[in-house]
Amino acid sequence: MTTDLARRPGPASAAGPASADIDDLVRVVRARRRPLRRVRLVIAGLAVATLGAVLVRVLLGDYVVALADLVPILRGDTLPNAPGASFIVMEAKLPRALVGAIAGMAFGASGAMFQTTLRNPLASPDIIGISLGASAAAVIALTFLDAQGIWLPAAALAGALAVSLLMYAVGRGTLLAGRRMVLVGIGIAALLSSVIQFVMTRTSIQDAQAALVWLTGSLARATWPVIGLLTAAVLVLAPLLAVCARWMRLAELGDDLATTLGAPAGRARLGLVVAVALAAVATSATGPIAFVAFLAGPIARRLCGGRPSLWAAALVGAVVVVVSDFAGDYLIPDVNLPVGVVTGALGAPLMIAVIIAAGRAGKA
Amino acid sequence: MSSTTLRPATIAAEAAHALEVAHAAQAHDSTSGPAPQRRSGTPGRDAPALRARGLILSYDGRRVVEGLDLDVPAGKVTVVVGPNGCGKSTVLRGLSRLLRPTEGHVHLSSTDADDDVWALRPKEFARRVALLPQSPPLPEGITVVDLVGRGRHPHHTHVRRWSAADDAAVMEAMRATGTVELAERHVEELSGGQRQRVWIALTLAQQTEIVLLDEPTTYLDVAHQIDVLDLLRDLNRTKGTTVVMVLHDLNLAARYADHVVAMRDGRLVGSGAPADLVDEDFVARVFGLGSRVITDPVTGSPLVVPTSTREQTGATP
Ligand SMILES: Nc1ncnc2c1ncn2[C@@H]1O[C@H](COP(=O)(O)OP(=O)(O)OP(=O)(O)O)[C@@H](O)[C@H]1O
Ligand SMILES: [Mg+2]
Repeated sequence: MTTDLARRPGPASAAGPASADIDDLVRVVRARRRPLRRVRLVIAGLAVATLGAVLVRVLLGDYVVALADLVPILRGDTLPNAPGASFIVMEAKLPRALVGAIAGMAFGASGAMFQTTLRNPLASPDIIGISLGASAAAVIALTFLDAQGIWLPAAALAGALAVSLLMYAVGRGTLLAGRRMVLVGIGIAALLSSVIQFVMTRTSIQDAQAALVWLTGSLARATWPVIGLLTAAVLVLAPLLAVCARWMRLAELGDDLATTLGAPAGRARLGLVVAVALAAVATSATGPIAFVAFLAGPIARRLCGGRPSLWAAALVGAVVVVVSDFAGDYLIPDVNLPVGVVTGALGAPLMIAVIIAAGRAGKA
Repeated sequence: MSSTTLRPATIAAEAAHALEVAHAAQAHDSTSGPAPQRRSGTPGRDAPALRARGLILSYDGRRVVEGLDLDVPAGKVTVVVGPNGCGKSTVLRGLSRLLRPTEGHVHLSSTDADDDVWALRPKEFARRVALLPQSPPLPEGITVVDLVGRGRHPHHTHVRRWSAADDAAVMEAMRATGTVELAERHVEELSGGQRQRVWIALTLAQQTEIVLLDEPTTYLDVAHQIDVLDLLRDLNRTKGTTVVMVLHDLNLAARYADHVVAMRDGRLVGSGAPADLVDEDFVARVFGLGSRVITDPVTGSPLVVPTSTREQTGATP
């Protein structure tokens, strides 16, 4: 549409290099920048959407808080006209929204990293058994070891890491051959499901109730210490992931080309380690929230016009979790659905769509 | 470039500056850089750019290449030929650090240095040798300009990422391959021939002294084959880039090679200028194929006319 403009020689062309060079360079630079600009706009939009979702979660619902009251509440003041508001916001609504947003980001980024590095849309931590590793470990710790408090998330973390190590060992040398790793992962996931079923048959009614939280993700256990740990972990892992993302862009070209471009394939594997840690940390805080890791990447990619972006995927994850949690609480009157049930119900049809699309591209 | 504007006038001003910077850098390289490129045809000064000695390459303990001695002459076009499965791709992998030799070594030379390739840092090696594999996977949804830009990775550091010099290099690679017009297209939507040009552009954007290509003409019709090979020869003639490629068509090999390397069963069976090397006996030894070899009326290079795999005497039917 602006080719005429682009063809017009720039001010410096008369003295400097040939204007044909400049025309071509202008064309190349614009072609490179235009999609980048779109990605930036999408990320900005998603950041606003995340903030909006958090605000809605905090302000609306059964107990409505006025926006004007939020600032004094956050400052720690007690409101004379609504003495209970401070407690409800600070101890229930805000922690829930924050854990949802942070865990959603972690799930989203982790899933996108897996899918892009392994070049397979099915390769996300919730499909290939890593989240189930966390669930199984937590349920076992709860039932057989009577684990309580902080030991439960710790067990979940250990479970996720153990599955990752197992997968690393099985897929050694072929870790980047996505297809094999996905198949191994799906096998491990099936095995872990039956382990969980078995444990559930051995457990008491009370324990089963508690175990349920670890089978469908939920934000019900959001507390400030959990937020602190989650934030600290994400702050450490996110910059590492950003570095690995550059290697990921080369890993996409296949092991051979990546290696000859000076980014040995092993480094992309490092990115997967970081992604596993992110998924594990988030799972230990919320339990496995179905489909968020799996779907955030493809949705973000669609929004960004086909380019993968970890940031966009992270923010999509945050929006999905916070909104789903809100919907689970208030969509059906008098029924409180955990967030994992909502994302599961929404995600299943979308997953089928993604698989069909992937099958068409010959990747599944 | 720090600015991210899309306004053509601003980009044009930046572009002019970028080109000046890039040209200044190139001028600097050619006067004091580590690897001045030798032109072909300087007698006695054809030191090999890549040199393999006693190279044994194996996959999981199974030997595929058996004690290969190979010289890749600098500033020339070398073509590797041989039957399917004889180890051509494996040799390229060995030369480009993708496969660590079981025994033997590969050296990379320039006028003032001679390095074992495994002693170089990965990015350092990647600034000097590029490899285009046989059929690399294509990232989903990637545009032409993005794919070509990935070739700039070896020139980046943790501190210095994308710069004006990268834009200039990408533009030059795309112009050499005639892909500027395709810049904003998705690579998935291109024809096989266009796609192959884009992959070659990625390799050129790497700006290396040596370019290795594994069957750059597969899937291309005859016009596109000639097109791609002309492009590579131009690159060699104008920039002095050393080109090594695997080709299956003996006649194209004879037409475009300065130097032919023939392999069979993981061993070298002959090497030299096509006019000296390619004759009926050679075709029989390498491919087990009966043929007549005549002189190509267009190029003057040897032209192989196969007779039959069963009649190795070369008798015409
Ligand atoms: N990744 C691999 N793992 C195990 N064996 C391999 C591998 N790649 C190649 N080979 C084996 O090495 C031998 C040489 O293969 P190579 O690919 O080098 O042959 P080529 O000359 O390039 O053949 P083509 O003309 O068909 O491309 C073959 O016997 C092949 O089976
Ligand atoms: Mg081959």
